[in-house]
Amino acid sequence: MKLELESVVKTYGTQRALDSLDLIIEDTMCLALIGPSGGGKSTTLRLLAGLESPTSGTIRIDGNEIAHEDWQLREYRQRVGVVFQAYNLFPHFDAITNIALPLEKVHGYSRGKSLEKAGMLLDQFQLTDHRFKKPAELSGGQNQRVAIARAIAPDPDIVFLDEPTSALDPEMTAEVLEAIETLIESKNKLVIATHQMGFAKHAADTVAIIAEGKLVEVGNSSQVIDSPRTARAQKFLKAYLKF
Amino acid sequence: MSFVSLFFGSSDASETESRPLSRWVSFGGAILFLSLVLYASFSALEYQWNWESALRYKKKFADGWIATLWISALSLFFAFLIGSLATLCSRARFLPVRYLSMIYVELTRGTPLLVQIFFFFYVVADAAGIQNRYVVGIAIMAIFSGAYISEILRAGVEGVGKSQLLSAKAIGFTEYQTFRYVIAPQALRSSLPALAGQTANLIKDSSLLSVIAISEFTLNAQEVNAITYSSFESFFPLAIGYLILTLPIMRLSRSIENRLRFET
Repeated sequence: MKLELESVVKTYGTQRALDSLDLIIEDTMCLALIGPSGGGKSTTLRLLAGLESPTSGTIRIDGNEIAHEDWQLREYRQRVGVVFQAYNLFPHFDAITNIALPLEKVHGYSRGKSLEKAGMLLDQFQLTDHRFKKPAELSGGQNQRVAIARAIAPDPDIVFLDEPTSALDPEMTAEVLEAIETLIESKNKLVIATHQMGFAKHAADTVAIIAEGKLVEVGNSSQVIDSPRTARAQKFLKAYLKF
Repeated sequence: MSFVSLFFGSSDASETESRPLSRWVSFGGAILFLSLVLYASFSALEYQWNWESALRYKKKFADGWIATLWISALSLFFAFLIGSLATLCSRARFLPVRYLSMIYVELTRGTPLLVQIFFFFYVVADAAGIQNRYVVGIAIMAIFSGAYISEILRAGVEGVGKSQLLSAKAIGFTEYQTFRYVIAPQALRSSLPALAGQTANLIKDSSLLSVIAISEFTLNAQEVNAITYSSFESFFPLAIGYLILTLPIMRLSRSIENRLRFET
């Protein structure tokens, strides 16, 4: 996929989350957005996912500008998947319904087909035994895998993952990262905001560092993480290596 | 366990659950204390009990109790419709509708039910040509309770987390689908304890309909009192009749509350 962000500004009240961000990526299968918390990577991801509109500037994906109108945005959002840091599953539905309901109500599957597909995805993520459990009865790692299954169920063009492991302990982080790796293996296009440098380096082909609302550095993942060129990127990555 | 410790529990309410003996003894003690206070009060009054004359009118009590049950049930049904509608209107894009809903809720909650009963009965119903006072009574109770139910539901709707709405948006739900599958079920669930409490209030408040001569439980008890001159023999059954309706509802409200707490 090709991503183009041109002088994108996003403000919340007086706070400037993105301060004229320019980012052009010609071709990537998996892009990792890294950088300090509050630096703008999650905002960038939300704009790309069509969950919010930029205050100014343009965003194009594969040459098509993301719409501003609500109904056009909804159409766009139906073609992409999003995974959130806090899973954001619906607490009153069990795991299988969380996955099947959007298929049935948004993507026009019959009830039987939607449940069949949801069941297959639960199998794929080793959640077969948990299909009828509600989010409160599942661990964080299990919930996040259900959320990933929900995001990829309608075969989206792109899957956006917003710090999918930041709320998890190391063991659960590993199981969720493994699940994400299977998405990459099956040729899903991903954009992931993450603090997992090791994962960004080996799983993503492109890494962009965003800090203070601006692009710091972008390029091949191992090159950016192992030998960053800019001082800001070096400072950020050094802090990671130190502890 | 010493005798004294039977009467003491910890600040954690669930701890006493495991000590049934302690619970029963303490509960009995509380009831005994209240009975003594009541007995002492009536002794001081030197009241002449005359249950026989009041009991002759037990059919009147029963009829009134059943009338109250019906009035409450129908009022509750319509109150729920009105309350839900007012909640939807309070979120309307068209601002005059939003303000209409706001004014309805504030005026109804801010004025005494008695005033509303007189106003609707003598002004609105009269102008609308509604003759049946039971219809008017149910309408008044539905409008009155509807305002409270609307507030309860509104709080429930506002309590649905922002992350849930974001998730619904990401999935591609329309506004209607978001409301139908995400907001409404969660809001309703969290509102249930308060709604049960409001139901108990509605049953008690319906006693005020006696002022427009609707022969429900309270009016019938008043009539028995007027015929037999035995006030307490008329009003004790009244209190107990209301408790039979409200106590189970309040227990239900409590148990729903507990269950919801465990779920989250």
